[in-house]
Amino acid sequence: MTPPMGAAPTEPPLTNWRALVESFVIPTGAVLVALLIFGGFCGLAGASPFSVYHSIYRAAFGSWYAFQNTLIRAAPIMLCALCTALPMRLGMVMIGNEGALVIGGLGTVLVGAYWVSAPHYVALTAMALAGMVAGGLWIMAVGAMKIYRGVNEVISSLLMNYIAIAILNHLVNGPMHDPSSLNKPSSYPVPEANALGNIPGSRVHFGLVYGIAACLITWGLIEHTSFGFKVRMIGGNLRAARMAGLAVGKISLLVCFLAGAAAGLAGMAEVAAVQGCANESLAAGYGYAGILVAFVGRQHGLGVLLVSILLGGILASGGMLQRQNHLSDATVLVFQGIVFLVILYSESLYGRFKIFQTRAA
Amino acid sequence: MTTGDSIGWLGVPLAIMAGAIRGSSPFLLVSLGECLTEKSGKINLGLEGTLLMGAMTAYAVSYRSGSPWLGVLAAGVAGAILGSIHAWLAQLPRVNDIAVGIAMFIFGSGLAFFLGDPYIQPMAPPLPGIALGGWSSLPQIQSALKISPLLILGIVLSFGLYWFFLNTRWGLFIRAVGDNPAAARAQGISVVKVRTLSIMAGSFLAGVGGAYLSLVYPGSWTRLVSSGQGLMAVALVIFARWDPRRCLLASLLFGGAQAVGPALQAAGVKSYYYLFNAAPYILTLGIMIFTCSPRRSLAGAPGALGSGE
Repeated sequence: MTPPMGAAPTEPPLTNWRALVESFVIPTGAVLVALLIFGGFCGLAGASPFSVYHSIYRAAFGSWYAFQNTLIRAAPIMLCALCTALPMRLGMVMIGNEGALVIGGLGTVLVGAYWVSAPHYVALTAMALAGMVAGGLWIMAVGAMKIYRGVNEVISSLLMNYIAIAILNHLVNGPMHDPSSLNKPSSYPVPEANALGNIPGSRVHFGLVYGIAACLITWGLIEHTSFGFKVRMIGGNLRAARMAGLAVGKISLLVCFLAGAAAGLAGMAEVAAVQGCANESLAAGYGYAGILVAFVGRQHGLGVLLVSILLGGILASGGMLQRQNHLSDATVLVFQGIVFLVILYSESLYGRFKIFQTRAA
Repeated sequence: MTTGDSIGWLGVPLAIMAGAIRGSSPFLLVSLGECLTEKSGKINLGLEGTLLMGAMTAYAVSYRSGSPWLGVLAAGVAGAILGSIHAWLAQLPRVNDIAVGIAMFIFGSGLAFFLGDPYIQPMAPPLPGIALGGWSSLPQIQSALKISPLLILGIVLSFGLYWFFLNTRWGLFIRAVGDNPAAARAQGISVVKVRTLSIMAGSFLAGVGGAYLSLVYPGSWTRLVSSGQGLMAVALVIFARWDPRRCLLASLLFGGAQAVGPALQAAGVKSYYYLFNAAPYILTLGIMIFTCSPRRSLAGAPGALGSGE
């Protein structure tokens, strides 16, 4: 992509305080504009915008109790977002998050439900590893198709989502079917003893810790290690990376594996802490939300962390909007769409305001 | 499903053929729309939202006005409006068209669900089909050959678009912009204008595809009316190598493949139902693995696609 004349670099150096302020003001402004548009939308639908804002605030960030709901939803989004963010640093647009989450969840059930007798922490570790390996291999397959066969990763990972969901449906209706699950076909449950617990003193399960840790590790790995430098070099200029003798194939496959492992871990947390088993609720759209979070968080570990919490808050406000403002449960989807569209639009504004430009340039 | 009852195993190929005729139209219209969009060099992953919005609009307008054809038109217009948002955002500097597509997918489906809630119960007048099966005494064949006018529209369009791309001034503009926007700009073609119109026209077609879902088959408005045809459009276009005529072939194949699982289930094969449903996706993936090469891009792919230019 060729940026227009006079555009600021996408990643401003930290010493340039004007650019730093710009990268704070523009997203904040975008969220405010999105709130205005959404308020107008709710106004047209017959609800008072101010009461809607109040509901969102109360349901998402208003109290510790509410904020915990936000965090519970943010956890799988963070992990799913990394599944897009990591390969993006290589220049790959990976949208197979939903599939990797589902496959990770299935791997977890396979270990958790059939390997009952192990001690708690051994079982949990095995389940987490199973989820990560399953999801990791799933996305690594997409990477391999890209590297060795030149298959467009956007399309192949999208197709892999549908294949993963078909495998899920096949297994929970067939070989893994729990006969006691009547309304919603489910797999055998993970035994209560192997469930992923809550962080002490809260209702938030440990998936949040996994998510935050994964974001921080990503940030450290990509921005501050020589491995990360290699990854960024491949993403920046593939030909130059090849000329410099980097093992492009191996590095890319490893990054794809890590990406899939993150989404697989999200599947593990959903199975072990939320659903208790694998069923179609695993494909609840966290994967697609994760794609957007990765773009909006600029494929950066810390950016992903912040945007996930914002989106978790939006999702958490759904119930309150339904009860307090008598709006449809689809309102949250509209809100989410508006926020992301406005933030994506705001990306084009960098470098457009004179006040943020250093004068010497 | 009663197909398999009276005529036994013959019901399976018949049901697949019927499924190809009945289920292919949304695939066809939405993939023609995506083909037109991608020919101009941008990708639209948000057509699933457009499809749902089209389905809802068509049903609501048909119910309110009593005229299903007005519903079809309104669905196209609703699609084109969503398309104009996509066209505007996806062409801004530093904005990724795939990200905008996913955001439009969420926004479009949210809007359709939001506005469509009051129309889940009532019955809207459906779009009548044209009976071509009168020569046969088998009711299965008669119902299979009840062709929707929207399918005929799609078939005409698939050949028409092919001709349009090759033989008209605007067809040349679209191909030029999609293959090499810089060169097209040097020729004095407005890249933004050509792309905006292509994306809007493509979304119009996707909206009409949605109208088929709610007014013909399955024939009512629910939140589950689409089974991912809009997201699959991107894969279909690759399958068809950006050739509108092959979009027709791909749509018949995908529509037929959708019917394999239910047909086998009706004939008594209960297991592997869900895996048969995934057959078209596995097939597309397999074809891509065998025909792609890491050293060159796919034959027929617009040059600027995915380059951000």
